[in-house]
Amino acid sequence: MALLEVRDLSVSFSTPDGVVHAVNGLSFDLEPGETLGLVGESGSGKTQTALALMGLLADNGRASGSVKFRDQELLGMSSRELTRVRGSKISMIFQDPISSLNPYLSIGDQLIEVLTHHRSLKRKAARERAVEMLERVRIGDPLARMRQFPHELSGGMCQRIMIAMGLLCQPDLLIADEPTTALDVTVQSQINALMGELSEKSSTAILLITHDLGVVAGLCDRVMVMYAGQEMEMAPVVTLFAEPAHPYTEGLLNSVPRLDRARSGILNAIPGNPPNLLQVPAGCPFSARCRHAWEACRERPAFAEVGPDHYKRCHLERLPEAPPET
Amino acid sequence: MRQPVLKVRDLSVHFRVDAGRLFRHDYRTVRAVDGVSFDVMPAETLGIVGESGCGKSTLARALLGLVSAQGGSISWLGEELVGLGEETMRGKRREIQMIFQDPSGSLDPRMTVGEIVAEPLKTFYPSMSRLQIRERVQGMMQMVGLLPDQINRYPHEFSGGQCQRIGIARALVVNPRLVVCDEPVSALDVSIQAQIVNLLKDLQKKLQLSLIFIAHDLSVVRHVSDRVMVMYLGKLMELADRDSIYLSPRHPYTRALIESVPIPDPVLERERARRVLDGDIPSPLDPPPGCVFHSRCPHARDACQAEVPAVETLEDGAQVACLFHRELAAHGPAVQSPDQGSGVADSSSVSETDSSSPEPR
Repeated sequence: MALLEVRDLSVSFSTPDGVVHAVNGLSFDLEPGETLGLVGESGSGKTQTALALMGLLADNGRASGSVKFRDQELLGMSSRELTRVRGSKISMIFQDPISSLNPYLSIGDQLIEVLTHHRSLKRKAARERAVEMLERVRIGDPLARMRQFPHELSGGMCQRIMIAMGLLCQPDLLIADEPTTALDVTVQSQINALMGELSEKSSTAILLITHDLGVVAGLCDRVMVMYAGQEMEMAPVVTLFAEPAHPYTEGLLNSVPRLDRARSGILNAIPGNPPNLLQVPAGCPFSARCRHAWEACRERPAFAEVGPDHYKRCHLERLPEAPPET
Repeated sequence: MRQPVLKVRDLSVHFRVDAGRLFRHDYRTVRAVDGVSFDVMPAETLGIVGESGCGKSTLARALLGLVSAQGGSISWLGEELVGLGEETMRGKRREIQMIFQDPSGSLDPRMTVGEIVAEPLKTFYPSMSRLQIRERVQGMMQMVGLLPDQINRYPHEFSGGQCQRIGIARALVVNPRLVVCDEPVSALDVSIQAQIVNLLKDLQKKLQLSLIFIAHDLSVVRHVSDRVMVMYLGKLMELADRDSIYLSPRHPYTRALIESVPIPDPVLERERARRVLDGDIPSPLDPPPGCVFHSRCPHARDACQAEVPAVETLEDGAQVACLFHRELAAHGPAVQSPDQGSGVADSSSVSETDSSSPEPR
């Protein structure tokens, strides 16, 4: 049984300009212990998907469809019930670690609160667990850190603390929304190494949201590529990078310059801009920027299986050979 | 021989900051840029990389005279810029222009695109007629991939990538010879990033521009640069040709930076040998003594704490500031390149086990 079953999830926001359709009928499963990457550019709906799972949408947001966590429906759950799930069975870490911590409370108080609240531990026992967890995420001198406040610590340190806090209750699912985007590269690689190690050692499943294909390549088991709130392609990580089946995935992979490749004239940019989510096109949302688009693309393609565990939403039978790099 | 357009020698920019608490002042000096020297040749791209606090943005601002340098020299086509008065410096800014990181934040929301791009023309060519200005602006907009009939629109009507095109048009409209790009693509999505990178390279070729390309993304810098300078806590660590930096980095910091960047290839990425640096970047208020990198350097020895390494110029013109770079050169390449021919598996020799390397402390 899948740990998380998302079926036909849609998220929309009513704004003065009209209804913004951020997520449009998304379905996916997450198995226990698995790391699934959610990749896409800004506005592709990856963060709103995560917030909808956690019941954290903004006030003007509405989610429909079904999100089942261990066979328990999360959408429409009362906030009391949700509070019991959040932080204990599902936890989340955010892009900006410093502002996701409470500036008025010491690191220790924030960590201890999680355990006294969700696990009904006594303060002393909770403190011991918290110190242990800080050691696990490689924070030097954890006792001193427990007394410090978020502003006294660096971004990388705060992100470690967020990860420690997320793992305190040994959740089944950790949602990480761009956990290293705000960090410097050398610190980013520390945090990625830590996340990889933790997911290997524990049975926590990770939903990793990122725009960085390099991070995906290093950490994920499976990847889902999103565009305009829809899944474009989903595949095991090696398959996705080796044999992308969707023109958008191919475009993304080709448009990033790679550190291990010498210069090759011009980058294969994807022309145009992402669609306006106030009016999501009826057909394939990517067709306006796709170099293979044809008449059939006016209708929304199904999310169809193209290989073992490999799905794509595209009318093309198979991708034509890429043009030679110039 | 070609002469450099820009010669920077021993440039220092210091800020006095108050690190004290309320009512108790504690003035200290942040050496944001500390004794940095480099040249920029005509029509070349110099990439500058480093993590936050390394002084790359301050350096950019100092070149344009937006912050004043405390020491050293910036020589532009043979003319000294450090110490120039505001009025004379403004004249120089026709030739040295800048492109900023935040595409929409660096445009005045109350001005139309036409007004934004025309403003530098009005400043530097007050005698131009309105018609001439309009023609020039429309030509420029076309050149950067905007439609000339968008001239009366406001910045909020454009996407991030288009706003960056407006910023580029504004910088290029006065025919500069050097454009300083401070993180020009880091706020953009990858598919848009590629468009802007291509545009910059294309315009550079057409207009024979020199570019200083500042970024924290080493992959983009590798793609656009001819030479690359690596900075850490205000100091130059290494400056060399692009391929030399990426294929055989000499400074341990350069190597660590390159090893930190994830490669979008799951097979390569998981087999890659890498050494993750410990710790965080020290506060620029309180940089380590000796070599500023010694506190995180896997090869640091006692000498590194005591002595500030001088920037050494090598046979091939590369500059390195490391006491032991010759011994460290025995390490293999930091990243295996498919176009180098050798297989992935070799990269396991990159770190740790090399017998000729000094032991990490």
